[in-house]
Amino acid sequence: MTTQHVSLTVNGQPMEADVEPRLLLVHLLRDVFGLTGTHVGCDTSNCGACTVHVDGRSAKSCTVLAVQASGSEIRTIEGMADGATLHPLQQAFWDQHGLQCGFCTPGMIMQSAWLLEQNPHPTDDEVREGISGNLCRCTGYVNIVKAVQQAAGQLSASESAPVAAAATVDAS
Amino acid sequence: MTTELHPQTTPEVGGMGHSVKRKEDPRFIQGKGEYIEDVNLPGQLWLDIVRSPYAHAKIKSIDATEALKIPGVAAVVTGKDLEGYKLHWMPTLAGDMQMVLPVDTVMYQSQEVAAVIATSRYAAADGVAAVEVDYEPLPVVVDPKKALQPDAPVLRTDRGPDKQTNHIWHWESGDAAAADEALANADVRIAEDIYIPRIHVASIETCGIVADWNPIRQQLTMHLTTQAPHAIRTVVALVAAGAGLPIYEHNIRVKTHDIGGGFGGKVPVYPGYVLAVAASFLTGKPVKWIEDRSENLQADSFARDYHIHAEMGATKDGKIQALKVRTIADHGYTDAAADPSKFPAGLFNVITGSYDFPNAFVEVDGVYTNKPPGGVAYRCSFRVTEAVHAIERMVDILAHDIGKDPAQLRMENFIQPEQFPYHTPTGWEYDSGDYPKALQKALDLIGYDELRKEQAEKRARGELMGIGISSFTEIVGAGPSHDFDILGLKMFDSCEIRVHPTGKVLARLGVQSQGQGHETTFAQIIAEELGFPVADIKIEEGDTDTAPYGLGTYASRSTPVAGAATAIAARKIKEKARLLAAHLLEASPDDLEWTNGRWSVKGSPDRFKTIQEIAFAAYTNHPQGMEAGLEAVDYYDPPNLTFPFGSYIAVVDIDKGTGEVTVRRFVAVDDCGNIINPMIVDGQIHGGLTMGLAPALYEQITYDELGNNLAGTFMDYLLPTAVETPAWELEKTITPSPHHPIGAKGVGESATVGAPPAIANAVVDALWHLGVRNIDIPITPPKVWRILHDKGIS
Repeated sequence: MTTQHVSLTVNGQPMEADVEPRLLLVHLLRDVFGLTGTHVGCDTSNCGACTVHVDGRSAKSCTVLAVQASGSEIRTIEGMADGATLHPLQQAFWDQHGLQCGFCTPGMIMQSAWLLEQNPHPTDDEVREGISGNLCRCTGYVNIVKAVQQAAGQLSASESAPVAAAATVDAS
Repeated sequence: MTTELHPQTTPEVGGMGHSVKRKEDPRFIQGKGEYIEDVNLPGQLWLDIVRSPYAHAKIKSIDATEALKIPGVAAVVTGKDLEGYKLHWMPTLAGDMQMVLPVDTVMYQSQEVAAVIATSRYAAADGVAAVEVDYEPLPVVVDPKKALQPDAPVLRTDRGPDKQTNHIWHWESGDAAAADEALANADVRIAEDIYIPRIHVASIETCGIVADWNPIRQQLTMHLTTQAPHAIRTVVALVAAGAGLPIYEHNIRVKTHDIGGGFGGKVPVYPGYVLAVAASFLTGKPVKWIEDRSENLQADSFARDYHIHAEMGATKDGKIQALKVRTIADHGYTDAAADPSKFPAGLFNVITGSYDFPNAFVEVDGVYTNKPPGGVAYRCSFRVTEAVHAIERMVDILAHDIGKDPAQLRMENFIQPEQFPYHTPTGWEYDSGDYPKALQKALDLIGYDELRKEQAEKRARGELMGIGISSFTEIVGAGPSHDFDILGLKMFDSCEIRVHPTGKVLARLGVQSQGQGHETTFAQIIAEELGFPVADIKIEEGDTDTAPYGLGTYASRSTPVAGAATAIAARKIKEKARLLAAHLLEASPDDLEWTNGRWSVKGSPDRFKTIQEIAFAAYTNHPQGMEAGLEAVDYYDPPNLTFPFGSYIAVVDIDKGTGEVTVRRFVAVDDCGNIINPMIVDGQIHGGLTMGLAPALYEQITYDELGNNLAGTFMDYLLPTAVETPAWELEKTITPSPHHPIGAKGVGESATVGAPPAIANAVVDALWHLGVRNIDIPITPPKVWRILHDKGIS
């Protein structure tokens, strides 16, 4: 089987692998790099469980080839906490009971982080629109909206929060 | 939630009534949950499945030659291979038979036809694409009513000579003659056909297994997405025994890890599980199978698919007299329901609902069709959703027919608080309830009278707005052993508590969380009973080598059954602690009293021993003649089911141009008895409501006349997103269960059961003046648009 070399930065760490050209980014992250926090929930890019950041943009990693992501900066759920300090979104999802089975949660948090970078002070309707590419079967979304709003308040109050730092990454 | 709770423990202890933050969450929010796809074992092989494009066909040949040439493909397994091990059929939980792989005939589209075993996920998929199967299509039976006609082809020719029919079983409940007589004498008599469509739980995590047969140890470990690990272990042991395989129950270990949503879909045994076990047994290597979403939606067990004909009689002023219901249940090609043995139609005869029916009769006929196995739940305790939808629709139709407000008609027909325990005409004993209180609370909260005025004004302007009520009664907590079993296994559940010397606690249960928060709520029950802080209590489930036997988590049974076992086990520990405290305090056990986590001498509150001190003494200073240690186990056999209830009100607006229904407001007043964790209860209701909204407006698996699944991916099977889902408004009443040790009733499915008719009633309410009596769910824009178009409305 022909392979192709990919090198990319994942959560700040340089990583590389020889992969089949058809390998999906989500499988590179999960099966090759062992970052199993990013999940797969559908085959059709509908559910968003696989959402990560590629060069600062939200992306569904089941619909990106690993070779397409070569050279990119990837951020996954494993890169959100600052050591033992949870990211404000992680803390908010916990505080507000914004998760139940937890399967959609990493993708939901990554999408919410992207959303708050684009719109630091969203209305509830804007939050709902912003996470509408991510399906949750457990929570009915009510507490997810509350969690995103809690994090929005904390992030806008603190310029040193990790998402604010990520916003400085060149997204071009 | 504004309903006032009065916790008996401090927030630090975190007993019942505290919104303790979930103990399981830190791993989930950091991407450190361990779901089935995260389990990888050294040397593991991957399994993928060849599936049928036809709904009914003869398999003329299977050619694996090209597949086996693909690098990494190790084997292709067919039904004929399994037949040699007597593993080509397996029992369903309903006692029917299901193919693991077909030997000669496929019975539904996407049925398993062959398994490819390979060294990688991608190689296995390549192998699947290269297996060539030659089919000869057979006549397809899609409509269950046509399946019962004499000229319909018999689908299950494998059954005995006396069972050469597509009719599976007949089940009935109540008094037919009395119901007929009451209907004949009723002033008002209404009848309606109501279809409850086939839907799929579609948990965001699909199903999967890593099967690990160790030939040296003769040990089978099944890492598995299952809601019922112990029952699965026993089923596997029985299947192995039937096949003569040396896999015995003490050498079978089921481990669940974290489960990404279940809702009933992870109760059955799927062919993929058995294939992975067989492949591991044959290769001596771990074998992993993770189904993809298409397989999940097209082949896993389905819910609902009930064709209901309901008749109701009443006096001219709306006093309900009788109910008669005839139903055809489409089970696909095998009855794979997870219902208790005595109840092939589940608890559908709870269909008299919240109302004081003098007479009722219900009958259901199960039917085979060329569809995937049907009859599991969709976050619904054994066919209760179907029952609630039918009765709540009928009550609304009656109200509209006689010109009475639907809220008023319900108030006049409710079982009244003083009638509990209440015996229904179909045999249930409702434990407790206050239905008028719940409905009144919902009416007040939503501002019902104002909404009716607004509706009248809007109707005068030609705008379409509707208000719908659902006053449901749930039936959960299966169940008492004299009536409830699955494949003979009585439906008790269990908890084992071990108190360590330093006052830390490990508790293990026979149920299995799939997101419900068991690690938190069961710790709270122990905290309530024994005074240990929640932080000092670890809950474990889902390892059959360590947890006590239980029937698992479905049908909202965890709190009613395992929660009761937890409280009783804790009370056993409390009683032993009393004896230990008496020894330490040199007092008589009868002279001690329990308060706030300590035994103290009556009248001398300064003479006490804390539960932590007692725990240490249990291992260091126990009296002679007493066993050391502080442990207890309880297998709880509930004396009755529990009956949560509630009243929901939906307000909908309908776009005349598109037919789109928008749920503008939705008030849910729930009563689940005593509340363990208010935050988690609200979360369960939020989720349940959303899984009620889903089939009401969006979700349905449909088939064309050839049995092709028309909603086999998330492109066509529409789960509600955050945009369609309204901001649910919740309230509570609290009516404890009189027979449950902590007065709790269960809550996980109430909202799924109660929500769909509230929405359907609201839509019909908006259109009643146009002559609309019923619209089957899901009420999609095309359905509404067609009605409006036919009525000349735009």
